[in-house]
Amino acid sequence: MPPRQSLLFPDRRSSDEATTSVARAAAAPELADAGFVADSARRRPLWRRLFARLAPGLGGIALLYAIWAAVVASGWRPEWVLPAPKAVLHRIWIELAYVDTWIALRITLQRALLGYAIALAIGLFVGLAMVRLRWLRGAFGGFTTGLQTLPSIVWFPFAILMFQLGEAAILFVVVLGAAPSIANGLLDAVDQIPPQLVKAGRSLGARGFTLYRRVVIPAALPGFVNGLKQGWAFSWRSLMAGELIVIIGDRPSIGTRLAASRDLADAEGLMAWMIVILAIGLLIHLFGFGLAEQRMMGKRGLLGAQRS
Amino acid sequence: MSGRLVVEEAGPVAIAVHDVSKVHGHGSSAVQALDSIRFDVRRGEFACIVGASGCGKSSLLHLIAGLDQPTSGQIGVTGGGTSMMFQDPALFPWLSVEQNVAFPLEVRGVPKAERAAKVAELLELVHLAAFSRRQPHELSGGMRQRVALARALANASHVLLMDEPFAALDAMMRDKLHDDLERIVEATGLTVLFVTHNVREAVRLGDRVLLFSSRPGRLVAEWPVAIPHPRRIESREVTDLAAVITERLRSCAHAPAPVAAVS
Repeated sequence: MPPRQSLLFPDRRSSDEATTSVARAAAAPELADAGFVADSARRRPLWRRLFARLAPGLGGIALLYAIWAAVVASGWRPEWVLPAPKAVLHRIWIELAYVDTWIALRITLQRALLGYAIALAIGLFVGLAMVRLRWLRGAFGGFTTGLQTLPSIVWFPFAILMFQLGEAAILFVVVLGAAPSIANGLLDAVDQIPPQLVKAGRSLGARGFTLYRRVVIPAALPGFVNGLKQGWAFSWRSLMAGELIVIIGDRPSIGTRLAASRDLADAEGLMAWMIVILAIGLLIHLFGFGLAEQRMMGKRGLLGAQRS
Repeated sequence: MSGRLVVEEAGPVAIAVHDVSKVHGHGSSAVQALDSIRFDVRRGEFACIVGASGCGKSSLLHLIAGLDQPTSGQIGVTGGGTSMMFQDPALFPWLSVEQNVAFPLEVRGVPKAERAAKVAELLELVHLAAFSRRQPHELSGGMRQRVALARALANASHVLLMDEPFAALDAMMRDKLHDDLERIVEATGLTVLFVTHNVREAVRLGDRVLLFSSRPGRLVAEWPVAIPHPRRIESREVTDLAAVITERLRSCAHAPAPVAAVS
C-alpha cells in the first residue's frame, strides 16, 4: 500500500503512478481486509514493451544477415546462384513498387484468409461435435490426428482431379491442411478445462448449447489458441504448396512469383519471395495471434506465471 | 427406486432426502459413498453437515444439486432448484466481477436493465460494489469467495448448497465471511445446506448440525443449535457444543487419525 502522503504530492511522482495511488486510496477501506494487489495497473509504455519484446528477435535477424553476407563474401557459390542479402533486400524494395506485387499479395492473402476462415468453421464444428458425442470421437479422433500429420501436398493430385486447376483446388487443400489441427486443438483444450468451471456453469443454470457457448468455449480458449496457431501455420504452408503447383493464368500470387523466379533461374527473386513468404507468416503469427493471446492471458491473470 | 421427490412448493420442507444411497464405480472397485441417508431441511433452516473426509458429504450435495444421480432413494428440492458454492470459487476468469454475478441472470434471460440493478444490489450485499469492474485474478481469496456467493445468490433459487466454501481461507477471513453469510441468510430467508469438516464453523453458522460417519457415509447423530444470533465462533456456547460434537465424531470415525482439525 503506498503511503498516504503520496496523495498530497501527486506531482512528485510520474503521472501514471499518481493515478494508481489515487485509485488505490479511493478503494482503501475495502482493501484493508483483503490484501488487494493492483500490480497490473502499473505498466510500462507500449513502445518500451514492444522494444523489449522485439529486440532479441531483431538481434537474431542481424546475426543471420551477417552469416549470410559472410558466406556470400567467402565465394562459396557464385553470386548469381547465391546472391548477397543486400541485393535481395534491394530486390524486395523494387518489387514492392510494382502494382503486380500488390495484386499478388492481395490474392494470396485473400486465399489464406478465406481458407483459414472455412477451416476454422469446419474445425470448430467437427471439434465440438467430437467433444459432445463420445462415439464420434472414438470413431474419428484417431483419423483426425492422422489427417493432421498427412502432408497437405499429398492432397493436390486428388484436389486437381476433383476441381481441376483452379481456386477450388487450392482452397480445398488449404482447408484440409488447417481444419484437423483446429479440431484437434479444440479437443485438447476442452480436455484441459478446469472441471470446477463446468460444474459451476451447470449449477448456475447453463445447460446444453448455452453451457458450451458461455462456459466450455471461453474456458478452453487459452489452450485452443495453440490449435488456432498451428492451423494457421498449416494453412499457410498448404497455400504456398498449392500456389507453386496450381498456377492459374490470370491470377498472380506469391507462389506463382516464386515459381516464375525458379523458371527464370532468378536467384535474387527466388530469395526475395521466400523472405516475403516468411515475413507474412511471421507477421500474422505475431500480430494476429500473439497480441490477441497476450490480451486474453493478461485479462485472465495468466501472464505473470508465464514470465517468471 | 431413485428419482426426484415432489416437494410442496410452499410447504415446510425445502430439501427432502429419502433413503438415499450412492455407490461410485462398479464391481470389485465399487465404493459405497452414502448409505440410506434420510433427513429433511425445513424452509429457511440453516443445516450443517459435518464429518471426517470420505463421509460422502460432497457426493450428497452433488446429488441434491442434480449434478449426479443417486444409486437408490429419492431427493426433492423446493421449486426454483438450487444454487451451489464450492471450496474453489470457480469464478469465470474471462469475465469481470459484475459479469460473473450477471452470469446466471443472463442464462435465465433476465432483461438488461433489471440485470444491472440486481448485480449492483448483490455486489452491495457482499460489500464488493467498488470492485465490479475488476477481473477475478485481481482479487484476494476471500473477495473471490464473496463474488462466488453473490453469483450463487443471483441464481434466484431458494436453496443454497455450500461445499466447504471457506475451507481454503485463513481464520480471519473466514470469520468475516461467517458474519457476512449470517447477515445475508437473515436478510434473504434462504434455506442453506452447508458442508464442512470444521465443527466449530458448523455450530457457529447452523440451526442444526448433522454428523456423518465415513466409509460409507451414514447420518449418525444430529444436534439442534439454539444459540442466539449473532454468534461468535470463539464464544463459550459455540465451543462447548462443538466439543460435544467433536467427541462424538472421534468415537464414530473408523480410524482415529483423520479426524477434522477444529480451528
